[in-house]
Amino acid sequence: MSHHLVEARDLHFTYPDGTPALRGVSFRITHGEAVALVGANGAGKSTLLQHLTGCLLPASGTLLIGDVYLDKKTLPVIRRTVGMVFQDPDDQLFMPTVGEDVAFGPLNMGLPPAEAQRRVREALAAVGAEHLIDRPPYKLSGGEKRAASIATVLAMSPNILVLDEPSSNLDPRGRRQLIEMLKTFTHTKIIATHDLDLVLDLCPRTIVLHKGAVAADGPTDAIMNDENLLRECRLEKPLRLQFRPE
Amino acid sequence: MGALDSRFFDLGAMDRLARQDTPLHRLDGRAKLLATLAFLVTVVSFDRYELSALIPFVVFPVALCLGGNVPGRWLWRKILLAAPFAVLIGMFNPLIDRQPLLTIGWWQVSGGWISFASILLRFALTVAAALALAAVTGFNNVCTALQRLGVPRVFVVQLLFLHRYLFVLVEETMRLVRARALRSFGRGTGLRAFGSLTGHLLLRTLDRAQRVHQAMSCRGFSGAMPALRPARFGGREIVFVLGWTSLFVALRCVNVSRWLGAAVLELWS
Repeated sequence: MSHHLVEARDLHFTYPDGTPALRGVSFRITHGEAVALVGANGAGKSTLLQHLTGCLLPASGTLLIGDVYLDKKTLPVIRRTVGMVFQDPDDQLFMPTVGEDVAFGPLNMGLPPAEAQRRVREALAAVGAEHLIDRPPYKLSGGEKRAASIATVLAMSPNILVLDEPSSNLDPRGRRQLIEMLKTFTHTKIIATHDLDLVLDLCPRTIVLHKGAVAADGPTDAIMNDENLLRECRLEKPLRLQFRPE
Repeated sequence: MGALDSRFFDLGAMDRLARQDTPLHRLDGRAKLLATLAFLVTVVSFDRYELSALIPFVVFPVALCLGGNVPGRWLWRKILLAAPFAVLIGMFNPLIDRQPLLTIGWWQVSGGWISFASILLRFALTVAAALALAAVTGFNNVCTALQRLGVPRVFVVQLLFLHRYLFVLVEETMRLVRARALRSFGRGTGLRAFGSLTGHLLLRTLDRAQRVHQAMSCRGFSGAMPALRPARFGGREIVFVLGWTSLFVALRCVNVSRWLGAAVLELWS
């Protein structure tokens, strides 16, 4: 069995106030795939991401991550497997210094401090942020915060990386660096985003969510050129494709 | 808003001071914390009319500032900032307690004025010591020290988060206040708008708290804040704590000011 498998079968979820958010979501993502999760605001992206880390549990349906079904008892295993990068780095970086923040996950996993230190250095090196190790997170720039929050997740060496709007609030150069960095990761990647040009760069496969269900699931190229589908789902052809002669 | 801005940057100044490298900074946080606690307890333990015996205690905050390279002006401005609270606490003493205790020339000083002055002095001493402690230790290390000394984890984690998210909250508040100012044209700054603004701030804070908690759970948080650096409470720390504590006890028992005064008078005559 691959530890890198993510399989959702008929996920349903309704918020306590009665708003239905997921209405039968199914997909299967295999080892090493990079998949974009796109959809309008309120399509259910965030809700789905919260299911992938067990912050929400499905009302019905099952979620298989690696070879473990998500439920209350398997949460610790799931959270070792799935590394989630939150949209707002200020939510993710809560420790006094970047180094301590990156060490937070490994230490909670019960690793000895020396091993945790090693992981901290490796993770920060992987995102090119070794020099930030002693800085407090609130003093960092947007790009540095993003790099640090990705490092906090890498330090736990997850098999599956989940990123929520990774390119939001980044300047163009920072965005480009992020894309180049993500390209080098061999993890299974699930990226929820409105940045469809980023999707073209990073994800061969795209899942389109619309009103809590999967509207399309297939090769990114085909989906991004299907203008009817994109319009129905309140999306738009990526800028780069708009001016390309057919 | 300007005041809020500058206060915010000042918060960062404390952290900058704490990141210096002096022998005092390198001392384990617990030693500095314990010495400061001993200082606070001794200063507060004096009788309410006591003034002269309190004065020598200024040596502790001064020593922390000199040893830790903390600018005195910065500390003094911080004390003034908090002074209104102390004034508020003591301001009724002169009105209530009118019994004359002391005569300076023609001025009969009532017990109320003396206890008021005593409150202000104690306030200045204790706040100066606490601020100097934070500036030579760093707020985070004070929290770690508290935890290592057995303070319940819940309180320590609360303090840590208070410090971390103060910056985020101040920024968020400033954004809200600016957005309101841009559309209020001198009106719209009333209580109604203010109520709605603070309400929004509360709701956003709750949302953020939930997201932070999720981020923590995703990384295996189970109530304990793990520490990366091993702590060492060695000989230097023991000397620091014992030295200061015995000085405080001595100053508590012997009124050095009075003794010095008497000595000076004797020399004079």
